[in-house]
Amino acid sequence: MPEGQFKQGIAGGRLSPEQYADNFADLHPPLDHHEALVESDRCYFCYDAPCMNACPTSIDIPLFIRQISTGNPIGSARTIFDQNILGGMCARVCPTETLCEEVCVREVAEGKPVQIGRLQRYATDVAMAENKQFYKRSEPTGKTVAVVGAGPAGLAAAHRLARYGHDVTILEARPKPGGLNEYGIAAYKSVDNFAQAEVDYVTSIGGIDIQNGKALGRDYQLSDLTRNYDAVFLGMGLAGVNALRADGEEAQGVTNAVEFIAELRQASDLASLPVGRRVVVIGGGMTAIDAAVQSKLLGAEEVTICYRRGPEHMNASEFEQDLAAANGVIIRHWLQPKRVIADGGKVSAIELEYTAMDGDRLVGTGERLTLVADQVFKAIGQSFVPAALNGSGALLDLEAGRIKVDAEGRTSLPNVWAGGDCIFGGDDLTVSAVAQGRDAAESIHRALTSNGRA
Amino acid sequence: MADIRNNFVGIKSPNPFWLASAPPTDKAYNVIRAFKAGWGGVVWKTLGEEGPPVVNVNGPRYGAIWGADRRLLGLNNIELITDRDLQVNLREIKQVKMDWPDRAIVVSLMVPCEEHAWKAILPVVEETGADGIELNFGCPHGMSERGMGAAVGQVPEYIEMVVRWCKANTRMPVITKLTPNITDIRKPARAALAGGTDAVSLINTINSITGVNLDSFAPEPTIDGKGSHGGYCGPAVKPIAMNMVAEIARDPETKGLPISGIGGITTWRDAAEFMALGAGNVQVCTAAMTFGFKIVQEMIAGLENWMDEKGHATLDDIVGRATPNVTDWQYLNLNYVAKAHIDQDACIKCGRCHIACEDTSHQAITAIVDGVRHFEVIEAECVGCNLCVNVCPVENCITMEPLAVGAIDERTGRPVSPIYANWTTHPNNPMAKVAAE
Repeated sequence: MPEGQFKQGIAGGRLSPEQYADNFADLHPPLDHHEALVESDRCYFCYDAPCMNACPTSIDIPLFIRQISTGNPIGSARTIFDQNILGGMCARVCPTETLCEEVCVREVAEGKPVQIGRLQRYATDVAMAENKQFYKRSEPTGKTVAVVGAGPAGLAAAHRLARYGHDVTILEARPKPGGLNEYGIAAYKSVDNFAQAEVDYVTSIGGIDIQNGKALGRDYQLSDLTRNYDAVFLGMGLAGVNALRADGEEAQGVTNAVEFIAELRQASDLASLPVGRRVVVIGGGMTAIDAAVQSKLLGAEEVTICYRRGPEHMNASEFEQDLAAANGVIIRHWLQPKRVIADGGKVSAIELEYTAMDGDRLVGTGERLTLVADQVFKAIGQSFVPAALNGSGALLDLEAGRIKVDAEGRTSLPNVWAGGDCIFGGDDLTVSAVAQGRDAAESIHRALTSNGRA
Repeated sequence: MADIRNNFVGIKSPNPFWLASAPPTDKAYNVIRAFKAGWGGVVWKTLGEEGPPVVNVNGPRYGAIWGADRRLLGLNNIELITDRDLQVNLREIKQVKMDWPDRAIVVSLMVPCEEHAWKAILPVVEETGADGIELNFGCPHGMSERGMGAAVGQVPEYIEMVVRWCKANTRMPVITKLTPNITDIRKPARAALAGGTDAVSLINTINSITGVNLDSFAPEPTIDGKGSHGGYCGPAVKPIAMNMVAEIARDPETKGLPISGIGGITTWRDAAEFMALGAGNVQVCTAAMTFGFKIVQEMIAGLENWMDEKGHATLDDIVGRATPNVTDWQYLNLNYVAKAHIDQDACIKCGRCHIACEDTSHQAITAIVDGVRHFEVIEAECVGCNLCVNVCPVENCITMEPLAVGAIDERTGRPVSPIYANWTTHPNNPMAKVAAE
């Protein structure tokens, strides 16, 4: 046992290099050729397939699986990319258990769905490994579009716009493109620097200029974009992190889970990444699970997720909850944070209050629980920061704190579209962001070319 | 316990499972292993006439097609008759028969279509103590180019002639093995019977190309860039073989002629089906070549269990039991009406029944009912074709339910008649044989 394992406080080097490598290996290793054939043969090629209808990007799943089964993975990849140019990442990070695979008729029949996600990865891996490009740019239209944010929504929008021959400039606040694919999402879901490889694959079409380190509201204003470009797509995601609303949360060792995950994704040496011996994660979504599981994999001795409602209310899927449990994470329900207890400015424990439903309302019961902790992660949701939109001339209409869009992704401002997590109705899924980016691009194209005719 | 001992034209074996004449029975080593595993008998791989043996290709001899998870469904081969010296084979046959007296050893033969050639080989085979001979009139490749095998089997007159020579020159029972590469299987069977054969065995392999290499544009198996049609066998050919067995079994001219059934038999159930259609025993090859000799143990146990369950004491209780139920289309009861029925509890809502019916049949299955995905038979449109049953991935989810006599067929609006009536008397039949008033 490496001596670092039981080191008090927040420390790195808790594990051996081999353990780090094992712990952060591919969560779902790729199917090999024969496995893909066997698995694809399980698909019934359903009529009006439920899986296809459950996919936010409406990938023709039965068709792409059939193409795999007939030895045509390239054709299969094309079927996927036609609907979802980020099909490679979605194959890795989609909660398929709550989307396509949940409604697979074989899930209904035998509790064992066709492994759609892994088959999608198989096909897209084959195409991407040989850098097979399916799309060519149309003749340049001379129209320019600014895309704010190089995440899934922005990349999907940019690719579709570039296909139509428009010139796209993506302005990305962070040093690297990819958005949450690069900075969010657990490391074991996207190994081998896949997010950057995918950005390269998507932008290979040409006509997409990514400028990193350019933040809306800091380096330029929305009005600059509306003035200088024919259209603007906003896909900047959520910059804010919700506060615990617990006393003492400014103590050292209380961290935003998204920052921890981003740091982990960017770490060149996992051993150098410090983690607490006893970690408490507050929240019930995917971010909470990702932070908790990765803390455990980094060598934390004890990791507890505290969520203020029941398991059925968690945003994290059942599969994700099981994944956490399998990795030794304890999930405790009906607990809300009340007070961070610090010792010498550093967190030493967190005091929580039990909760219960009072009719439709969640209330504290008054009963308290104290958990020893040297690190606390906040994962109770992210929020849109509208301040970035200051200086946009007329203000964008918001709805419940996020950008309001119509069915095509149009905002209240002319020539400004939006999609992904920053819009009202965004559901925190990569695949939904791709669908919104793609569909907004179609709307932009129609607007720029008078109904699609350049 | 059911008694599955077999007596086929006087040849006795402890069970009806023989290995067909093929690579698994080419030499003593394999045959002994087969007998140890439990096979009731073997048909020794075809012997040719005295002299330098035939030669085989030195590249691939087999091609195949596969189902899910690379399950072997059909095998094709271009191997010829034994390429071992005749005397070696004869010595081994004699020894194995002496060591395994309770097992059947039949020797497959193929010599040129001349009486002296048959006269020469029959006594030396007889001398081995073998239980019988099987005339290989089926081999569809290589040997047929030399006027033997299927080249004989495709000409009924030759079959009759050779069988007659054999019957005249040996006391051993003669089994005539038929080629399926012919339009009407009854013709060679009748010819064999006319020549005095004791039995027929069928089917031999079917002319086939199992695949084409799309890089070299050569058929597979490919020998130095070229391929030749081979003989197709395995589970894929079973339906073809069963029909041919039934055709002979129910032909008035060959009724009662013993049949050794061959063609894709893999399980006890396959064997039971062949026997029900009229085969007195069965021969197996591809299943053994796929899984090894041990599979006979499943066949034996499965057949015994089924017979016990159904109260069949001996093989005589099952052989030919289905033959009377095989008839011509024109005698099928046109007043019988069945409708598909979908068990909603078993339905997994894949929609394959709907799209098969909608696109390719009679538009008789719903997809959406009251806005909900729901698959249900529209009886007014259902012609009872059974396609939905066959495409449904769930066993027994869709069943064909006969309408009771007197019930209204919603498609025609008429009640189901109690009277058996077939095409021969149907008013739409211009050739109708109207019953005398």
